Amino acid sequence: MWQSRVVEIWVGLFVAAGLAALFMLAMQVSNLSVMSTEGGYTVDSHFDNVSGLKVRAPVTIAGVRIGRVTDIGFDSKTFQAVVTMRISDRYNKIPTDSVAGVYTSGLLGEKYIGIKPGIDDTNLKNGDRVKGGQSALVLEDLIGKFLFNKAAEGPGK
Amino acid sequence: MLDILQSFGQFGLGFFERLGRATLLLFNMVLGLHELLPRPRLVVKELYSVGVLSLLIIVVSGLFVGMVLALQGYNTLVDFGAEQSLGVVVALSLVRELGPVVTALLFAGRAGSALTAEIGLMKATEQLSAMEMMAVDPIRRVLGPRFTAGVISMPLLAAIFSAVGVIGGYFVGVGLLGVDQGSFWSQMQSKVDLYDDIFNGVIKSLVFGVVATWIAVFEGYDAVPTSEGVSRATTRTVVHTALAVLALDFVLTALMFGEH
Repeated sequence: MWQSRVVEIWVGLFVAAGLAALFMLAMQVSNLSVMSTEGGYTVDSHFDNVSGLKVRAPVTIAGVRIGRVTDIGFDSKTFQAVVTMRISDRYNKIPTDSVAGVYTSGLLGEKYIGIKPGIDDTNLKNGDRVKGGQSALVLEDLIGKFLFNKAAEGPGK
Repeated sequence: MLDILQSFGQFGLGFFERLGRATLLLFNMVLGLHELLPRPRLVVKELYSVGVLSLLIIVVSGLFVGMVLALQGYNTLVDFGAEQSLGVVVALSLVRELGPVVTALLFAGRAGSALTAEIGLMKATEQLSAMEMMAVDPIRRVLGPRFTAGVISMPLLAAIFSAVGVIGGYFVGVGLLGVDQGSFWSQMQSKVDLYDDIFNGVIKSLVFGVVATWIAVFEGYDAVPTSEGVSRATTRTVVHTALAVLALDFVLTALMFGEH
């Protein structure tokens, strides 16, 4: 009887340790903790090009993450990309005339949305639209522009 | 010429015959599982020998695998100035691949071989026949609890392996190599997805658990009832489980992470 009690206690410990490990993986390692704390309000923004931007990319002001991209859609009337983002409630004092842009962190880093704050007295609220500014940088366009400028400077330079 | 053909045919027929017997055994076991519900003690006893006794090797190897991953990953990443991503490298490789696969291989060596030897010896000493004489179905009384215990303990062991590995990687990465603690965890949390990575890893380890325990139990039940037969069956368990796990891992990885 004593023997089987010891065995059962060990098995109980084993199962508890396994579940605790799963819980630790879920909470500490994965993005569950980041996602679950996010309430907040959603705003959207139109861009000419968002290539490389992914859902759940960070939304930042002055480099501080204030929310995440929740959806990337396409407006078939204006042929623009519609980026929906959720901004956490703590940051509810963002002027309505702020401008959003698609930026790259580092040379090879991920795309993220950066918001440049405006000066308006009214603040953004749920469902508002942020003006879309800087689009994603497309390397081919950039090279094209460079070559065009180079050619416009004329020969012999 | 014909002899060669015949040996090929014999090999193929033998293979499919064994596969068929193994499948029938699996069906029989699964059909008899409900009879374990009123007797959970049987499973608990097997959980002890299959799961608890494997804990030591799993924890120790998990710790060292995580530490080695951190060391190797750091050496590569530091060239690109990306050593902040060390946490991502360690966590993703553990949760997606190494956790389930290495745990399954260790499980086959530690628990699978023991299961085969135990059941094979029971057969060799005619304990299984004695049970049948008493109208006790050995598949449900002996094999079922062991199979259930294996299937339950594999995901738990794999989770413990991954968690301990991440902690080992943390010790080496942050403690020894001086990676920033905050970016170690925060990069890991932002890149590791609960569904895509952790949930799929658990599914993998569950599948490996079914396969590893199934092979172990079948080899024991199917062993030639001599001491030589049992020793051969034990060897086959380890070899076949390793092959099956590695091949299945490729298929599962292609299914889970292929389309992106």
